[in-house]
Amino acid sequence: MVKGESTFMKYLRRDRLPTIFCAGCGNGIVMNTFFNGMEMAEVDFDNLILVSGIGCSSRIPGYVACDSLHTTHGRPISFATGIKLANPEHDVAVFSGDGDAAAIGGNHLIHGARRNIDITVICINNSIYGMTGGQISPTSPKGSYGTTAPYGALERPFSLADLVTAAGGTYVARWTTAHPLQLSKAIKYGLQNKGFSFIEVISQCPTYYGRKNKLRSPIDMLNWMKETSINKRRADKMEEEELQGKIIVGEFQKKPEPEFAEKLCKLLEEQCVTGKPTAIRSAYQED
Amino acid sequence: MSEQFFIQGNEACARGAIEAGCRFFAGYPITPSTEIAEDMALFLPKKGGSFIQMEDEIAALGAVIGAVWGGQKGMTATSGPGFSLMQEHIGFAVMTETPLVIVNMQRGSPSTGQPTMASQSDMMQAKWGSHGDYEIIALSPSSVQECFDFTVEAFNLAEKYRVPVMVMSDEIVGHMREKITIPEEVEITYRQMPEEGPETFLPFKAPSDGTSPMPAFGDGYKMHITGLTHDEKGYPDASNPESHSKLVNRLCNKIRKHTDEITRIKEEFTEDAEIIVLSYGAPARSALTAVKNARKQEVKAGFIKLETVWPFPKKLIKDAVVNAQKVMVVEMNLGQIFYEVERVLPDKEVELLPKIGGEMHIPTEIMDKIKDMSH
Amino acid sequence: MRKDIRIAGFGGQGIILAGIVIGKAAALHDNLNAVQTQSYGPEARGGASKTEIVISDELIDYPKVQKPDIFVALSQAGLDAYLHDLKDGGILIIDPDMIKEEELLSFVKEHNTKLYKAPVTRTAVEKIGLKIVANIVMIGAITRMTKVISEEAARQAVAESVPPGTEKKNLEAFEAGAELAG
Repeated sequence: MVKGESTFMKYLRRDRLPTIFCAGCGNGIVMNTFFNGMEMAEVDFDNLILVSGIGCSSRIPGYVACDSLHTTHGRPISFATGIKLANPEHDVAVFSGDGDAAAIGGNHLIHGARRNIDITVICINNSIYGMTGGQISPTSPKGSYGTTAPYGALERPFSLADLVTAAGGTYVARWTTAHPLQLSKAIKYGLQNKGFSFIEVISQCPTYYGRKNKLRSPIDMLNWMKETSINKRRADKMEEEELQGKIIVGEFQKKPEPEFAEKLCKLLEEQCVTGKPTAIRSAYQED
Repeated sequence: MSEQFFIQGNEACARGAIEAGCRFFAGYPITPSTEIAEDMALFLPKKGGSFIQMEDEIAALGAVIGAVWGGQKGMTATSGPGFSLMQEHIGFAVMTETPLVIVNMQRGSPSTGQPTMASQSDMMQAKWGSHGDYEIIALSPSSVQECFDFTVEAFNLAEKYRVPVMVMSDEIVGHMREKITIPEEVEITYRQMPEEGPETFLPFKAPSDGTSPMPAFGDGYKMHITGLTHDEKGYPDASNPESHSKLVNRLCNKIRKHTDEITRIKEEFTEDAEIIVLSYGAPARSALTAVKNARKQEVKAGFIKLETVWPFPKKLIKDAVVNAQKVMVVEMNLGQIFYEVERVLPDKEVELLPKIGGEMHIPTEIMDKIKDMSH
Repeated sequence: MRKDIRIAGFGGQGIILAGIVIGKAAALHDNLNAVQTQSYGPEARGGASKTEIVISDELIDYPKVQKPDIFVALSQAGLDAYLHDLKDGGILIIDPDMIKEEELLSFVKEHNTKLYKAPVTRTAVEKIGLKIVANIVMIGAITRMTKVISEEAARQAVAESVPPGTEKKNLEAFEAGAELAG
């Protein structure tokens, strides 16, 4: 380790650095909090498999020195489902963004949650399509600007944490990149939860969202997130008008329920006649 | 002990998959292939394998690809509308060299078309349906026994060439029942582990017309697998023209340069034939009946059935028709494989006998055309 | 020798299972070749239903039936749709409770048809007390009337195709059907 370097450098593919992320992007903070949460949850890094879709946030797994699958736009949860079932012992986490998880991948998101399969989804929600150059997304606030909403967004945004809670996720939390400690703890809980965990991270895209919406610097954006955040416990007692323009943060769901892969393994134990209730690495000839 | 059964083509595909070592199936219900999913749901747990019904066909193939990288042999089955949805992930599987099997029980199309009727109208989609330059392997069974045999072979080819392999059948063969013999043991190609350790192994380093060994996630190789153009390490290298050219040429050449090893056709009466009837899948059975009837009437007709459709068995066809001047292509569409045959036989008189509507050609229809062409 | 059989009726009569059992008897127990195909509409219940079986001691290439040697009609609609496909000198088996027999007589005479009557539903209800075994009665009738499969093979195929525990009732139904041959 180089002196003064982050202790998390050991988790990165050094030969792939620097990242493609813009200066001030929230992805770096999320990577740090992920490693922090992973260590707090005592997840064995060698047992971790990361999956992602398409978008800036989906590039994160490519910089992490574990097995990783960088898939198609919106569909990482479907791939992660196969990875988890191929060997339920693995810790599987998905990095996704608001365009990836909420627009093109919305169906996979809600069905992953409904199944309660043991996958932890980190959804970095910056309310914009960064990789394609600043188009509005399903989480862009009404009236916000993007290259495809030059006169302001007309549509209502999704509340992803509420969506996944309603769909059956068993651990759901939302924090912002201005809450690194709370976020790390949420990731820890998410990884520990035996079931579908969804951690929505409100993050800054200074390059596109900030520039289009008069939040010029990353500092402006972090301050905006700090100032407008309100904890869910307090928000639950407030009127709708009072919550206008606020970011509700905190835990949305924490309710353990039977997990899908475990249920399937139990079925296999009951039905299997070959003596190996769960086929693992079946593609390879046994020694 | 080998066993005999009287079952549907769909059931035979499922049994073939399980015999070939498939231990993961993800699917979505669709007529006329649903019995494959139902049988996998019933039989896989007995072998410790996982079945999952996904939210759509895109997710089904995504889950299969995930499970394959997790170390399993995986399959999905569908029909036209689902096959259209799968195209995105077929391209991903090609690019990431993920071995897997897709069964397509073709039905009347376009769109939702004729769910309970047959066609062969996805044959070109099998080859060209996803975006980009690529090669896949496609087999076309005509009988229930072939559904079993070709599914086993599809798994073996998939592992050997690290490519998606398609079993392109149709509603008639999928739903028809015949006697099949399931041998006590089938020959299985296993996935290759690298000889090198994780320190030096490059997951996409391969000969210019070949592929590489494929460890599973969790084996310690810490691979990064992406659908982006990648280098030998697997790292994205998407703006480098040379990298892209090298990768995509290799993905094509690992199939193209091995066409002779992969492809198979079946010939009858071709030696002295003046007119050859070429078909595949269900209507090949009508074609053979017609050719046998023609021979009874002393018409010198011959028969070719394509067992492998992709890569296209160009050389085998050329050799088989060397003595004939005329070729008739019999297929249940308005002309797909016909254009390939025309392309590879520029010196022959090639005609199409198309049929759509959901039913297979009647032997007399083919016989009439044989007589027409003989004049 | 190739024999083409077609059975037509409506959904719920167990026609497709009957086709499967006949095919199975020929293929697995009489050591012949057999292909069974079927067609049906999108309805899960009711609607037209048809199964075809080709039985041969040679390899069967063309698997469909165009001109059946044997036609079994269990509904008026099925009869009307397919009667004219029956080969001259072919065997026609009808359920007289379902079909207006008098309209058939000229066809039978003209085409030298061997006509058999098999009131399969009535027999199932009266002899076995179970309407659901009508299709097994039908298999018994077809087997003895046409001899297209051996009775021993048919019994074996019936026994292994019905739900466990119901073999005895179904074999009784088979005998009741066979006796309809007179």
